[in-house]
Amino acid sequence: MMQSASAAAGAEDAVILAQGLRRAYGAVQAVDGVSLAVRPGEAYGLLGPDGAGKTTFIRLLVGALRPDAGRAVISGFDLATATEAARATIGYLAGRFSLYGDLTVAENLRFFGQVRGLGGSELNSRARELLGFVGLNGFEAWRAEQLSGGMKQKLGLACALIHRPKVLLLDEPSSGLDPLTRRDLWHLITRVLGEGAAVLVSTPYMDEAARCGRIGLLRAGRLVAEGRPGDLTAPLIGRVLELSAGPRRVVQQVAAADPDVREVLAFGDRFHLLVSDAEGPLARLPQALRAAGAQVERLRSIAPSLEDAFISLYSEAPSVSSPEAAARHG
Amino acid sequence: MLNPRLLSVVRKEFIQIVRDPRTLALTFAMPIIQLFLLGFAATSDVRQVPLAVWDQDRSAASRSLVDAYRAADYFQVAYEADNEAQVRRLVDRGDARAGLVIPPDYGRRLLDGQTATVAFVIDGSDPTVAGTALAAATLIGQAKGAQLSLERLARRGAAVAGMARPPLEVRTRVWFNPDLVSAYYMVPALIGLILQFLTVILTATAIVRERERGTIEQLIVTPIRSWELVVGKLTPYVVIGFMDTVLILFAGMLIFGVPVNGSIPLLLVLSGLFLVTTLGLGLFISTIASTQQEAMITALFFNLPAIFLSGFFFPLAAMPTILQWLSYLIPLRWFLIIVRGIVLKGVGMEALWPQVAALAVFAVLIMGGAALRFHKRLD
Amino acid sequence: MAEMAIVADGLVKRFGDFTAVDDVSFSVARGEVVGYLGANGSGKTTTMRLLMGLLRPTAGSATVLGLDVACDAERIRPRVGYMSQKFALYEDLTVRENLAFYGGLYGLPLAELPGRVVTLAERVGLAGREDLLAGELSGGWRQRLALGIAMVHRPELLLLDEPTSGVDPAARRAFWNLIYEVAEEGATVLVSTHYMDEAEHCGRLGIMRSGRLLAWGAPAELKRQTVQGEIWELTADPLLTALAALQATPEVIEADLQGDRLRVQTKGGAGGEALLRTVLDAAGCTVTSLTPGEVTLEDVFLALAR
Repeated sequence: MMQSASAAAGAEDAVILAQGLRRAYGAVQAVDGVSLAVRPGEAYGLLGPDGAGKTTFIRLLVGALRPDAGRAVISGFDLATATEAARATIGYLAGRFSLYGDLTVAENLRFFGQVRGLGGSELNSRARELLGFVGLNGFEAWRAEQLSGGMKQKLGLACALIHRPKVLLLDEPSSGLDPLTRRDLWHLITRVLGEGAAVLVSTPYMDEAARCGRIGLLRAGRLVAEGRPGDLTAPLIGRVLELSAGPRRVVQQVAAADPDVREVLAFGDRFHLLVSDAEGPLARLPQALRAAGAQVERLRSIAPSLEDAFISLYSEAPSVSSPEAAARHG
Repeated sequence: MLNPRLLSVVRKEFIQIVRDPRTLALTFAMPIIQLFLLGFAATSDVRQVPLAVWDQDRSAASRSLVDAYRAADYFQVAYEADNEAQVRRLVDRGDARAGLVIPPDYGRRLLDGQTATVAFVIDGSDPTVAGTALAAATLIGQAKGAQLSLERLARRGAAVAGMARPPLEVRTRVWFNPDLVSAYYMVPALIGLILQFLTVILTATAIVRERERGTIEQLIVTPIRSWELVVGKLTPYVVIGFMDTVLILFAGMLIFGVPVNGSIPLLLVLSGLFLVTTLGLGLFISTIASTQQEAMITALFFNLPAIFLSGFFFPLAAMPTILQWLSYLIPLRWFLIIVRGIVLKGVGMEALWPQVAALAVFAVLIMGGAALRFHKRLD
Repeated sequence: MAEMAIVADGLVKRFGDFTAVDDVSFSVARGEVVGYLGANGSGKTTTMRLLMGLLRPTAGSATVLGLDVACDAERIRPRVGYMSQKFALYEDLTVRENLAFYGGLYGLPLAELPGRVVTLAERVGLAGREDLLAGELSGGWRQRLALGIAMVHRPELLLLDEPTSGVDPAARRAFWNLIYEVAEEGATVLVSTHYMDEAEHCGRLGIMRSGRLLAWGAPAELKRQTVQGEIWELTADPLLTALAALQATPEVIEADLQGDRLRVQTKGGAGGEALLRTVLDAAGCTVTSLTPGEVTLEDVFLALAR
């Protein structure tokens, strides 16, 4: 139970609680001992690339998969023993569009309401309320498959909210959507948060995760970092330099040779240097670069981004092999 | 001389085929399994039909009649029934496929010189078996009848010299193949069936798989020419087709003793011609289907009618005229005549040229049409 | 015109009733690295396919390396490297076999193939992994192999269709590094992406939405031209009350929850900081921090789409 600080700290009032969850598919450990806790009114961003274990983890939280080890507690109900009681409090939007394409918007909503035990005038008024909430008024008679990608996601969200869940689990809700639709979706999520629900969102996008109060970075089934956005970038303040210079090969060689430079990363027409100390490189590098024949436009210290934070996590954890590690050494 | 692009595709196809050992095994196991099934099980020879007998007479004469049925290879006296209901039940349940009911006065009527009637009932649910069994039962009855009348004549002392023995010996296997002769007929045709079935599906799915996985897009943007891609992709299946042909032929010779009376090289060359039509069909399907599943279903859609209208299972002569006309559009029909002609009759081009000409026309039309449809574009 | 790697002139592509690409015009000079930004279904892939001659335009025209895509596709293709969205690899072939296969398709002589495969594997950082099956590679490695395949014939122009989708952040950055190295060796690169933050990496970029090209230019230039007003980042207590109050304020263009803070865009000349403090005070919120924020490409996109 004391596997991670956050799980321990949030355990009392958490409505989403995972403790050492594990799940393997054959030889692949898809979720490898993940613990986390989310409180009511909190948005938790589960950030990771394809194949990191996001979907498996969420499926463990809704009881669609059984864990090999560990436990999940939703709204105080243990998923292993009180599965249905736990599920009654969960709203779930699956990563793949999982509504009925051949049913209309209204029929989808009614079906998912009935499945949740709603009926009669209560169901009708809730359905109307949700259609207004997600902005699908006037589309009741459309078949779900006729909707655009963003409208489908909004309908999915409405179906997930029909029984006023205390816990909302969203698996990559905005993958592939344009920023305008994504923003609308987040406005809705923010309102659900305001009503006191706990929301867990999985995403491959850094900027989307940054909208959450807390972020967990999932990699190869493990939670490799967790914290509030500000806390994650804090250790890097004063340690990221932006360098505009060319030609690239020379810049890379010279910059990498500086004793205080830990990482040189191309950032379009610029470089980001991750340094152990900014003073030295700021003073030394322009001269060294010019001496090597490079042209230097600018070198300055910048505020670290979340991406910088995660990249530094990777590069400072040599046990995790990644393509860029091999590229550097090979 | 060596075309690196073509060579690249052929080599890649072979690697992929070898990396998928399950499919590879199927392509060779399938002909062998079919060979056994068709050779042993699907023979239309009728033997050992289980027979239920209700002998109400239980005289020497009635036992002699039952022995006559027992002696023939067609029937096996499996049940001795005590009443008609039991016979009916045995036939209804399928335990017995036929019933023989001998009336109580059978022996007496024969002795009195009257005509004795026995009832023979048969399960008609499989018309082929029923027809054959009925014919056999009638023949046995007639033979017995002839024997009885001779005996009767003899008893009355009216025997003419030389007629002490039955005047004609009724052969109980008149129309029917004694051994596995239908295997002779089936095995060569199986070459056509397997080539049709396997190569159409394999080529259709092999090309559609590229589309399904998105690799076709990367292929199209390379300078490879359409014909190189098509030929390169089809080459391995030509090889597999030939290997299957040889496999079936030799297995048929070794296991069923099918005599190959004609020229094997000619058979291989004409199999190659037939392959062009099936590979062309596969290619054509691949230009229609967008998923492997669709390709499989479409292949079935073309394969099943082709097989039914080819004369493989049902004789073409027995079909309605319209279907006979349709069958002219089926390359397999022509190839079956060719392959049976070469293997069974030992004939050559001098007899087969009309079929070969028809096949050649189809080869040009199908492959040409498919190649025209095969574009290096996505729309 | 010879200086231009790509010139698209009023390209239109319809599929039935659906217009996937709607009157798109742009040009890319040789040696540029250009981003092509848009959501799924915005027409990025269709544009690239039109440029490769994989689809025929319904209207308009385009030239690639000075050749017309409608009639000269076969002359364009040997000079262009294309990486399609799905990383078109043969999963049952090894890295080496994949590279050799495509090398053969581009007509490299058999004798040269092994050497070229080694060079390429090194170039994209796959040295030592030549004998792994492509299906065994993780996302970042597959992406590298796909790039290796696109570069097998030393193309002058690379069209990369969403090369970084689904790949982890470290692999993404490393991949962009690779793109710039290739560009520095003289190739022109057009990269499509749906990641806003990635588009910042490009010298110039195009923004697609619903088949239309909304903007074309350098990121900084687009930000200056399209985003009006000021961006602020603030923390306040209670945060959601503050958010609701700001969203109800007419001078506020946009207010969003960003984790533990709010990001607000106010209309220009609305008195920025003072205005925000007044609004939040009136709503009974305590402002704990208020700093100017940076304009992002997402702001550009929202401004253009609005």
